[in-house]
Amino acid sequence: MSQPILEVNDLKKHFPIRAGFFGGVTGHVYAVDGVSFSIEKGETLSLVGESGCGKSTVGKAILRLFDITDGQVVLDGTRIDDMPAGTLRPMRRRMQVVFQDPFSSLNPRMRVRDILAEPIRNFGLAKDAADIERRVAELMDRVRLPRDAVNRWPHEFSGGQRQRICIARALAADPDLIICDEAVSALDVSVKAQIVNLLQDLQKELGLAMLFISHDLAIVEHMTHRVAVMYLGKIVEVAPKRQLFAAPKHPYTEALLSAVPVPEPGAARERIILKGDVPSPIRPPKGCRFHTRCPYAFDRCKQDEPQLRQTEDGHFAACHLHDLPAAENPLAGARGAAVIAHH
Amino acid sequence: MALLEVENLQTHFRAPDGINRAVDGVNFHVNAGETVAIVGESGCGKSVTAMSILRLIPEPPGKIAGSIRFNGRDLLKCSDREMRAIRGNEISMIFQEPMTSLNPVLTVGRQIGETLRLHQGMSAQQAEARAVEMLKLVGIPEPERRVREYPHQLSGGMRQRVMIAIALACNPKLLIADEPTTALDVTIQAQILDLMRDLKRTVGAAIVIITHDLGVVAEVAERVIVMYAGRKVEEASVEKLFRNPRHPYTQGLLGSMPKLGSSLTGEETRLQEIPGLVPSLKRKLEGCVFASRCSHTTDLCRKVAPALEEKADGHIAACHYAMKEAVAA
Repeated sequence: MSQPILEVNDLKKHFPIRAGFFGGVTGHVYAVDGVSFSIEKGETLSLVGESGCGKSTVGKAILRLFDITDGQVVLDGTRIDDMPAGTLRPMRRRMQVVFQDPFSSLNPRMRVRDILAEPIRNFGLAKDAADIERRVAELMDRVRLPRDAVNRWPHEFSGGQRQRICIARALAADPDLIICDEAVSALDVSVKAQIVNLLQDLQKELGLAMLFISHDLAIVEHMTHRVAVMYLGKIVEVAPKRQLFAAPKHPYTEALLSAVPVPEPGAARERIILKGDVPSPIRPPKGCRFHTRCPYAFDRCKQDEPQLRQTEDGHFAACHLHDLPAAENPLAGARGAAVIAHH
Repeated sequence: MALLEVENLQTHFRAPDGINRAVDGVNFHVNAGETVAIVGESGCGKSVTAMSILRLIPEPPGKIAGSIRFNGRDLLKCSDREMRAIRGNEISMIFQEPMTSLNPVLTVGRQIGETLRLHQGMSAQQAEARAVEMLKLVGIPEPERRVREYPHQLSGGMRQRVMIAIALACNPKLLIADEPTTALDVTIQAQILDLMRDLKRTVGAAIVIITHDLGVVAEVAERVIVMYAGRKVEEASVEKLFRNPRHPYTQGLLGSMPKLGSSLTGEETRLQEIPGLVPSLKRKLEGCVFASRCSHTTDLCRKVAPALEEKADGHIAACHYAMKEAVAA
């Protein structure tokens, strides 16, 4: 296999909590606590989980919007997490980001032309002014916006159109990897479909790799190749999408799938309703982090932290249940079909 | 007689550049004990409809016209004093944001007790005892301790449970829930939807649930009203609407949603798009409100607004071309 475009090894990000008059550190938020994965060229990996599980922190850590506590981020064979700012700059071009809120992520005082020209100019991708103009026009075509809209201001566009501008800006730097942090979550259903289709088309046309951070499992299933499920700063399961949705190997994934409301009244499905709330990432539970809410937890789960291990080809899960004989393992069969509605 | 009858509801807002017709001629009814969902995208007027029922629209710039009959009484003709006696008592509401809808400086017990003391003349002790009962009802562990806590000490899901406890404290006949689970995570959303279904059985209140999530609609509602650009475009029982949507907008909405389990069938599909944008509500719309985005549009659609017609038993849609079934007389 060729070299992956992105590799993340045992990434940790702990935010210090400061309190008191002198701002002493009184504890840490263990936002991301040992996360590893890789993305191949042209592949989409989705990072899913509930709020506070650390999925956005992973995205920001890769982009080096802050320094990480421990671990490695390797972009196309080059380690970038400890690179000095000067050498990092050309690497930054290769990874771009699309954020959730298209209203706050565009500068209201810049015309669309300037928004798109800025990365081209910054990274010296164009020969002259005419070349910039040509590239900007191409970008507008790529995201299916009319070329003459370049003279307009962000406020003149709807949410979906603004998200197209954000995508065009990300493409302007000619990246290898795009990180979409909840990029379609704020959009209405009908507009969401437009943007999802656009992202899929662009990936095919340009062979981009994508890290798609989302909490919406139906969208993720629709557009991803592989899925990584996060819970309290750790990845609990990684698998190709078909395997994950057909037969989840972690109780949290199973519960997450069963909790998604499906647009099918009276659908016969098994429901797993988790009790309680996600524990605080300041004091994560001992042992398996999910044991406080897990319907299958047994004694070992309270003491011993399960490691991410391969259960079948390309399918990794961190759960002690897989050490039990198959007859006693509630996750041994094809659970997905039972918790997702039948079609 | 229905519990709530809304007739030709028009809620307009005066803006510097014209009149915004947020809700423009909406009719529907809610029977006692029934769950009705109002679904649509942002700006379709679903929340304004809900706020209009309780007259929570500031007037001016808003203006509510039409009639809203609750138990035979026209709420639009009630005095402010009479409205205050109804709000939180016979009709109560749950809002989307549990973080901002609770008062941060009062204990949750005080906030649940407030409606009881006001509407039912309970003493402070009685109200607190009832607040503990309500917290137990909505499934909050250790209610005796929680009742003395402040909202910031609770998680998002628990705060939404407290909101539900406040709304149900006076045994309302009608509960309006405006996007009650939108701000919550899926596993917490599942808990709250489960709770709402249980409570409906035990309390028996009619529920109007406002949402943009068709999945939530399918889970809780019995009847569905689809709104678009301030109008009702389709209404049917939940089974009929999902099995056999008749309005092109509803069909588009259902088609643009990816379905969970889509990868299991093995075929790669493309999401259906609804092209274009929602029309501005500042201009008086001629013809069908959906004409600019519909793939079946004809000249007729652009000129003449289709009336809401019964296309099949209890299935109403506003479209010239929606198939009509022979309705048994």
